[in-house]
Amino acid sequence: MPHDVELVNVTKRYGSGAVAVKGISLRIPAATYCCLLGPSGCGKTSTLRMIAGHESVSSGSVLLAGREVTDLPPAKRGTAMMFQSYALFPHLDCLDNVAFSLKMRGVPKAERRARALHFLKLVDLERYASRLPAQLSGGQQQRVALARALITEPRVLLLDEPLSALDPFLRGRMREELKRLQRELGISFVHVTHSQEEAMALSDLVVVMEGGEIVQAASPRDVFERPATAFVARFIGGHNVLPAPAGDGTVAVRADRCRLRPPDAETYGPHLPGTVSAVEYQGPVVRVALATAAGEAVAMLPDDVFHAAPVAPGDAAVLAWSEDDMHALAPSPSDAAAATLTDPLAAA
Amino acid sequence: MAGSGTAARLLPYLQVAPLALILGVFLVVPILTLVVVSFFDYDSVRIIPDFVWTNYAEVLLSAVTWRTYAKTVWFAALVWAITLFIGFWVAYFLAFHVRSRTVQTALFLLCTIPFWTSNIIRMISWVPFLGRNGLLNQALLGLGAIDRPLEFLLFSDFAVVLAFVHLYTLFMVVPIFNTMMRIDRRLVEAAVDAGANAWQVLTNVIIPLSKPGIAIGSIFVVVLVMGDFITVRLMSGGQSASVGLMIYNQISLLQYPAAAANAVVLLAIVLLMVGAILRVVDIRREL
Repeated sequence: MPHDVELVNVTKRYGSGAVAVKGISLRIPAATYCCLLGPSGCGKTSTLRMIAGHESVSSGSVLLAGREVTDLPPAKRGTAMMFQSYALFPHLDCLDNVAFSLKMRGVPKAERRARALHFLKLVDLERYASRLPAQLSGGQQQRVALARALITEPRVLLLDEPLSALDPFLRGRMREELKRLQRELGISFVHVTHSQEEAMALSDLVVVMEGGEIVQAASPRDVFERPATAFVARFIGGHNVLPAPAGDGTVAVRADRCRLRPPDAETYGPHLPGTVSAVEYQGPVVRVALATAAGEAVAMLPDDVFHAAPVAPGDAAVLAWSEDDMHALAPSPSDAAAATLTDPLAAA
Repeated sequence: MAGSGTAARLLPYLQVAPLALILGVFLVVPILTLVVVSFFDYDSVRIIPDFVWTNYAEVLLSAVTWRTYAKTVWFAALVWAITLFIGFWVAYFLAFHVRSRTVQTALFLLCTIPFWTSNIIRMISWVPFLGRNGLLNQALLGLGAIDRPLEFLLFSDFAVVLAFVHLYTLFMVVPIFNTMMRIDRRLVEAAVDAGANAWQVLTNVIIPLSKPGIAIGSIFVVVLVMGDFITVRLMSGGQSASVGLMIYNQISLLQYPAAAANAVVLLAIVLLMVGAILRVVDIRREL
């Protein structure tokens, strides 16, 4: 079975000379929920738009289901896009919004309305068929947009920051619904987000991007347990990025695997002394921040562990972890860039 | 306490008073005067305060007036159709095909340059161009395309419509351009994503969403053409009539009550036309 999406050495250069995407290659297996994750300006939206065909590819190829689509118009690719803030047609009611693509294909009115109603039912909105988008809540508008995209029966659904306009409660509900739909329809979703929480919750495949490049593409568990670079470790959170005790490079240690020892205790294994700078009670865990020689480090302590030996800001403490929880990091492309920037002689 | 309560109640009235006063003095009073005078009697030298229906009878029962009204509506319809066609495409080009903001502003200002001179001058400037011995006829004769001057170019309905289109197309361009600039570009992308071709994007997205601008431009053009007298007089060389011209002639003959009755009828017709446009299109979004 061919991959639903395959990017081969895809580059996006804009007229001004700026390079948004730098020769990335990626394979998304069939029926995969894939999240493109990264900070703004990392090239994730350009990548999505190139898959959709709304942005031309400067060099490289885009394949969908094994078929070269690099130069095909959006509607001929077997993709459908759900736009950020939905882009519903304000002059059409929900039913006609959903039926739009069928109308473009010349499907007779009665037939396209029946099909559109079926898709409105799929997102549980058939009651609102005759309402205009302006008369719907944000969550309802989004479901209409989803139905409008799905009616084209795409092989791949592309979602551009679909949850960013919703309040946190709705975001959680829509997240479940997106995942359910993806599973039921058995198609691939490619979802652009800057929220690592969203990416963790939804993805089968997380693609972390930085500066127009893919720094890691793996399952959420792999990304969390073995972040490839310091950038990934920091971006997905929950990690301490520390200088390697052995000397060269940096290591990542999950904050929830770190423990605190009193300064006078005998410590085996890797450790880092510091001073408690903040204590935050978060219910099941207590977050203790330490100021150390290597910058701030965090220990997420189960509440019972914390309360057995509580610390307060200003106390001296030693951050300790086990060798097994330590994970070496490759240098980030941005770290390399920073190094050349700070040392112009090395670059010359 | 009671005093401050009264003041609080009076405050809103005080706030609307200036506008109400201006509208009252400059709009309501003149129109009421017009309506009152339209019922007066008159002879060749004076106006006689009275209440007679003869002025309206003359307007409504004369074949000449009917023909003049028909001609005016015909002018309005023709000019509307042409300015709409030109105005829509100019606005469409400016809004959707010119990418750079600077170029967009520059081109837009270019459209307004003719408005730096008065209507009359812009009309008169057609005369040496279109006249019997004008530039166009001379050029065509010189090229051998025609063997005698084209007579229909000046002092004809053609000239009237040409001048109207020249004068009023911008009134169509501006509101349509304005509406088009507010259309979310992602809607066009969403339509393309759904498989719409360029023509389908135009008919299914851009035209429906430009309707308020089209309606506002239409109101401008229709109202201006319906009330015009000078363009028709100058460009038709007195060979064509319009309601405005008819009223103007009645005023010249000091037949004020007849002119007032005509004006009231014209006002009613224009209001009906505007009402019809507003019925078709909801322009509130633009205001």
